[in-house]
Amino acid sequence: MSDRLTKDQIAAMIADDIPTGAFVNLGIGQPTLVADHLDLERGVVLHTENGMLGMGRAAVGDEVDPDLINAGKIPVVETPGASYFHHADSFAMMRGGHLDVCVLGAFQVAVNGDLANWHTGAPDAIPAVGGAMDLAIGAKDVFVMMTLFGKDGASKLVRECTYPLTGVACVSRVYTEHGVFEITPAGVRLREPYGATLEELEDRTGLPLR
Amino acid sequence: MTDVLEATDATDAAAVADAAVADVPDGATVLIGGFGAAGQPVELIDALRRRGARDLTVVNNNAGNGDTGLAALLASGAVRKMVCSFPRQSDSWVFDDLYRAGKIELEVVPQGNLAERMRAAGAGIGAFFSPTGVGTPLAEGKEERTIDGRRYVLELPIRGDYALVKAHVADRTGNLVYRKTARNFGPVMATAATTTVVQVSRVVATGELDPEVVVTPGIYVDRVVVTP
Repeated sequence: MSDRLTKDQIAAMIADDIPTGAFVNLGIGQPTLVADHLDLERGVVLHTENGMLGMGRAAVGDEVDPDLINAGKIPVVETPGASYFHHADSFAMMRGGHLDVCVLGAFQVAVNGDLANWHTGAPDAIPAVGGAMDLAIGAKDVFVMMTLFGKDGASKLVRECTYPLTGVACVSRVYTEHGVFEITPAGVRLREPYGATLEELEDRTGLPLR
Repeated sequence: MTDVLEATDATDAAAVADAAVADVPDGATVLIGGFGAAGQPVELIDALRRRGARDLTVVNNNAGNGDTGLAALLASGAVRKMVCSFPRQSDSWVFDDLYRAGKIELEVVPQGNLAERMRAAGAGIGAFFSPTGVGTPLAEGKEERTIDGRRYVLELPIRGDYALVKAHVADRTGNLVYRKTARNFGPVMATAATTTVVQVSRVVATGELDPEVVVTPGIYVDRVVVTP
């Protein structure tokens, strides 16, 4: 059996699954790792919610420009063919179904594709949603990048989300250290298990897997 | 008509900014551009803080970073309510403390709905159905409708009494161009307020901006403040 996947291996796997020519939004946090594995020569175009298509890598040294940042407010560079637009246009691109793929982090994903990634529901937590809800319902394919099990060992792939939802039935794939889970109308299909057998993962998640 | 207020040095810049927001009353709703620090009209926000208006409702994507700009305005106690998409950040301690102390109200709006609600206000749209937020706590209590098999929630416009926006260059007609991702909410907010005040680093003569590249036409701009 292969070992569990590292974050970099997961990011590389997501990058491999992004089709040539796709318009892609990478959520803040772990999903930004995917950019390191994307061959932009393949014509993949990165969208950032704060109003840019054709976003490049993180800026270094003299390239840093406070007016040119990504959704995580990190300075980035332009790529040839880049364009800028205002926020209403940027989110129209999402809602209007013009983005092919977005990659988001998650607290929980349910077997029907429900996504919870914005609020733990804790009474003292300050709610902050940003663009997560727009991305979740807007992109043609929503990929989630997360650990399959939380620090407490509980499965984050669940029958039904217990955290407040970000979007309903919107996730198509979940990329984890134990492999890629495809959310299908016929149930959850594990592409290839890593670091555990299918039966062990069924046992630990309490979910029927194919 | 667009009024152009030009500063010659830093002291004068503050006085000019003060003049541009001198009529903002208590209780006003103020749309403030910027995504984090990019596009944040810091000089105008500082002037609004010095103005001392109270009970403001402020609309911005975030709720202040560090201790300057919007964060300083919040710290001054001028703001009764924040409407934003993402208040919680690593450096949003000013807002966090006010919120936890119950000293500020918060309306969290998904970022795209926030932009579109202001766009609707500026475009004279009475309300719109958005798919964003359906089935989530942020749609609770809102009218829902299924159109062509897809679920939507009713969202109402957000109109400002004032918009404070940062652009890059203006001409004397009030036409604006922006710079890179600092554009963000500026063009939308400029349309959505009764009085739109814009700070720019440079003003050029009417006719010097290529009409093909103007992003915000001067019809939306009431006052331009030039801060060197």
